[in-house]
Amino acid sequence: MNSGKLHGGQTPSQTVGPYFAYGLTPEQYGYPLTSIASPDLRTPDVQGQEIRIEGRVLDGNGAVVDDAMIEIWQADPEGRYAHPADTRGGNIAFKGFGRCGTGTDAENRFVFDSVKPGAAEEGAAPHINVIVFMRGLLSHLYTRIYFADEAAANAKDPILQSVPAERRDTLIAQRDESGVVPVYRFDIHMQGDKETVFFDV
Amino acid sequence: MTDSRKPYSPRDWSAHPAIIAPDYKSTRLRGATKPLIPLKQTLSELTGPVFGQDSLGDLDNDLTKNGRKDGEPLGERIIVSGKVVDELGRPQPNMLVEVWQANAAGRYVHKVDQHDAPLDPNFFGGGRCVTDENGVYRFYSIKPGAYPWGNHPNAWRPNHIHFSLFGPSLCTRLVTQMYFPGDPLLDLDPIFLATPEKARARLVSDFDLSLTEEEFALGYRFDIVLRGPQETPMETPMETA
Repeated sequence: MNSGKLHGGQTPSQTVGPYFAYGLTPEQYGYPLTSIASPDLRTPDVQGQEIRIEGRVLDGNGAVVDDAMIEIWQADPEGRYAHPADTRGGNIAFKGFGRCGTGTDAENRFVFDSVKPGAAEEGAAPHINVIVFMRGLLSHLYTRIYFADEAAANAKDPILQSVPAERRDTLIAQRDESGVVPVYRFDIHMQGDKETVFFDV
Repeated sequence: MTDSRKPYSPRDWSAHPAIIAPDYKSTRLRGATKPLIPLKQTLSELTGPVFGQDSLGDLDNDLTKNGRKDGEPLGERIIVSGKVVDELGRPQPNMLVEVWQANAAGRYVHKVDQHDAPLDPNFFGGGRCVTDENGVYRFYSIKPGAYPWGNHPNAWRPNHIHFSLFGPSLCTRLVTQMYFPGDPLLDLDPIFLATPEKARARLVSDFDLSLTEEEFALGYRFDIVLRGPQETPMETPMETA
């Protein structure tokens, strides 16, 4: 049983299941509980380029997944993370964490409003860290969003360059400037020829 | 002094379920098929969202109260508590624990749950709490019921409560499910059974009389181990006074 197993090792992951919304993303789905995070990361005091990130999660048949939950974690426009391990210390309210379920958008996209992050470390390209959860996924998966308009920085990023060249495109969001705010599109393919790169973080 | 930028130990894939577990049918089209690419942890992974006491509402840790409309929820009142530690056994204080579950009849508030069991107007089923200085969390709830699902003929999920924790970094993120001791459905559940056998018991809570409140609610203990630092910290040299 569980007690006395404290030193027995990591507690195993289990799927988030189909019914996470009222617990983890209640406000987005209209349930009467406050949310700890939302799909809108912007804060009034944050400077920098506003961006929108949108994409779909596709299963092995190419069907759009309508019950996934995506979390993103990013640095502020100056490349600082709002966390004690980043000793530079952010001086703004920007937390850099967002959460969005794919069940409320008409096209079952995840849509985040945020600001473009700066590069957090020497040699690293700006990127957004992504965690994927859904029914049918027993352990969450990690990926990263890089930006198509950062080609020079991407070419030097050690993590991106550690990915086989033919799969790097799965990590690069395409920029669409047709609207007021630039939109980065990033579909997550769970399987198939375009299977997104997931990292063993 | 703690070096908060030390790398974390890897995910222990001998304890976590396989990405594709064919008996749990939804994994077949949704699990990644290519090997995960190793990643040397950077500041992006050594940091993570920080949620503490300030992220809690008044009744968030009492699911017997936070959904009340005109009376008490039906079912067996329970207290669930446990210690959150890292792999070195160090308590993880001030950590957010999010929970959600079905009601006593096995029905979720979620709009897509079509199971023909009654909703309880006085039970919502979602809440959260934060670990104290000793890494201990605690919340009140109602024992969730079992419910049928479409994985295979006559499939039933065992009684369970969903848990979501961040821990101190992106590496320590964990979403899991707590089960109840002695549940006959555990041996039939493809989600529980997708967990490697040696680690399954870590998902099963213990009935605990010391947590039980007399004439009020039954206590269940569920301790949680998050990933810890990769290296064992240097031991303090013995004083030679």
